Amino acid sequence: MSTTIADLIVGEIGVIDDIPFDSVPLKLLEMGCLPGKEVELMQIAPLKDPLYIKVNGSHLAIRKETASLIKVTKIKNLCDILKS
Amino acid sequence: MRHSEVINVALVGNPNTGKSLLFNQLTGLNQKVSNYPGVTVEKKTGTSKMQGEVFAKITDLPGTYSINPSSLDENIVLQTFIGIDKSNYPDVVVVVADVENLKRNLFLFSQIKDLEIPAILVINMSDRMEKKGISIDIELLKKELKSEVVLISARKRLGIGKVKRAIANYKEANTLKIADIADRIDAQFFKELKEKFADTSLYKAWLLVTQSQNLTSIPPKFKDRIESFEADKIKLNKMQNKETILRYQYINHILKKTYITDAEKATGMRHKIDKVLTHKIFGYVIFALILLLIFQSIFDWATVPMDLIDSTFANLSEWTKNQLPEGVFSNLLVEGIIPGIGGIVIFIPQIAILFLFIAILEETGYMSRVVFLMDKIMRRFGMSGKSVVPLVSGTACAIPAIMAARNIEGWKERLVTILVTPFTTCSARLPVYAILIALIIPQQRILGIFSLQGLALMSLYLLGFVSAIVSGWLLNKTLKVKGKSFFIIEMPDYKIPSLKNIVFTVLEKTKAFVFGAGKIILAISIILWFLASNGPASFDNAEKIVKSKVENKQLNQDELEKQIATYKLENSYIGIAGKAIEPAIKPLGYDWKIGIALITSFAAREVFVSTLATIYSVEDNENTNTIKERMGAEINQDTGKKRFNFPVGMSLLVFYAFAMQCVSTLAIVKRETNSWKWPLLQLFGMTALAYLASFITFTVLS
Repeated sequence: MSTTIADLIVGEIGVIDDIPFDSVPLKLLEMGCLPGKEVELMQIAPLKDPLYIKVNGSHLAIRKETASLIKVTKIKNLCDILKS
Repeated sequence: MRHSEVINVALVGNPNTGKSLLFNQLTGLNQKVSNYPGVTVEKKTGTSKMQGEVFAKITDLPGTYSINPSSLDENIVLQTFIGIDKSNYPDVVVVVADVENLKRNLFLFSQIKDLEIPAILVINMSDRMEKKGISIDIELLKKELKSEVVLISARKRLGIGKVKRAIANYKEANTLKIADIADRIDAQFFKELKEKFADTSLYKAWLLVTQSQNLTSIPPKFKDRIESFEADKIKLNKMQNKETILRYQYINHILKKTYITDAEKATGMRHKIDKVLTHKIFGYVIFALILLLIFQSIFDWATVPMDLIDSTFANLSEWTKNQLPEGVFSNLLVEGIIPGIGGIVIFIPQIAILFLFIAILEETGYMSRVVFLMDKIMRRFGMSGKSVVPLVSGTACAIPAIMAARNIEGWKERLVTILVTPFTTCSARLPVYAILIALIIPQQRILGIFSLQGLALMSLYLLGFVSAIVSGWLLNKTLKVKGKSFFIIEMPDYKIPSLKNIVFTVLEKTKAFVFGAGKIILAISIILWFLASNGPASFDNAEKIVKSKVENKQLNQDELEKQIATYKLENSYIGIAGKAIEPAIKPLGYDWKIGIALITSFAAREVFVSTLATIYSVEDNENTNTIKERMGAEINQDTGKKRFNFPVGMSLLVFYAFAMQCVSTLAIVKRETNSWKWPLLQLFGMTALAYLASFITFTVLS
């Protein structure tokens, strides 16, 4: 199983590897959520959904079901955050 | 006389960029709000002097992130630039961008520029640059974008003059497209497209092909040409995605050279505020407190000007009556028109306060946080977090609220929201509630702070929300509607709201409401007055009939007149109609006079109050008291006690909480859902519920 935005922990940053174009709306891409961009999980709503992310300068909230479609590679994980 | 030049300017930009504030700064109060033909999207235009004899007609287009629409409002932007309406095609486009998110704003700018029309980039909020550690090489940016770029701060009124100058000199702006990416998307495809659409710009041809399903009308000359290209939807979708990626690559390339930002300074405050406002406990507590504040102020603050308006109109009626000679015209004025206008004006304080709060919540960026907080909860009830906006605006008026549901991406979630929004307590219910509460709930305070009447009103609001949510849950279970739902919302940075924007919004919405609803109320008041002051033969002979009836009794002049007036009302056209439905509403505790008000308030709920005002003032020749006093003095003929006692008042409150009594809302639901099925479901479902609930309330309480 590969990592998706939905698997990030608050504060973690990942680089977007792949977005399935047929199931993710064009609008999300147009708002800056693109392959190769860094995405940071800013916050999770109190009931675990939606997710508040920062990507390519945009602050967006998306639902978990969409977030779980977007594959990422973690570049800053919880250990790094705790160390710094 | 020489005609001065008028430039047609289109103002576009992402939401939350301060576009509306720039529009307000440019046009001042010279604005006009109308609707786009065929749709109920608001069209705001304003005229303003640019330079010397050069004037501009500026249209404030709906905020959008892209020219590819994902909602009805955004569709307007596409339609404008495809240029089906040639006469309104903009001479120049002003694209407003937020300095903090220039990248995403340039995405829209690059699309506009590719249409090959003069475009000016206005970068707003320059006053925040230093704080956020941003610097821009404007001269280089101008060169790279092949366009005029103006740095402004709409809030601080900096650079407005420069914008005007740039508009006045729009002819000097070049119309070169900037992002030359067609070949890299699919060289072969675009080569063919270019050959087939030699008579228009390549990007416009691309939009025609990819957006044909969103265009209301396609010029016949393009029609068959489009068909050959749009066949392979999957391929087109892939190409659109590629286009987006390439556009961003191009923008990144430019910004790398011209835009520097200090990431450390960029975030900070926002993050801290977010932590509190979307906290799992404080988040909801704060939202609840804000709602409480809104309702408390509607009832507590608004009553002062409302009582003033009420008594002013009562005095005006009296004064007019004394000034004018007796006659039909005088009666129409005193009994029909003046109370009718009073019934409209009395709304203004409450509506203005509601719109004020909603405008502040939107302007500060708080509303997005509420959407974020509420999404998961709302989904259980078949709605989206974005349904909170319609449900909260529904407390002002269901019509703009139902239109606000357009931002909801999923059709089922949107439909459920549209269907349940009329349950929320709109301001038209307020006068009905206000007067009934004032009649049946004592004026006391609990713990010295909360007024008992305020709490009663708040419970009615809660009842509205709860019924909206419960019916959402029911509809979610029962409706079989297909369609994918998705959800994206921008979480804008927090801003201190601009006073000017708020004042303008409140003025505009209040004006629209007063004139929109006002026309109906005034017309109904006049019709009512006519129907109440005329009738068949028994009406005309009222005096004779009553006199012969009471011959044996010793009545003084006053009592006799009162009896005649009552008899007249009973036998007027409206009285006959009220009597006809009396058997149906008697189980709810109402008499035929209330019945009349129920009939007329099908047009709009608030007519209930003005109807009773008209009825009682037709009946009551002597005193021109306030509506409340007249209702309080009304006697139930069967019991000899007050007509508006506790059970009847409660029964009426419950009836108005549930009943779908608003013709305009039904019309808007028909338009938004494009079918009669849904408004009819609302009408019958809600009325049946109202009848049942009132019946139970009245029976239990009495």
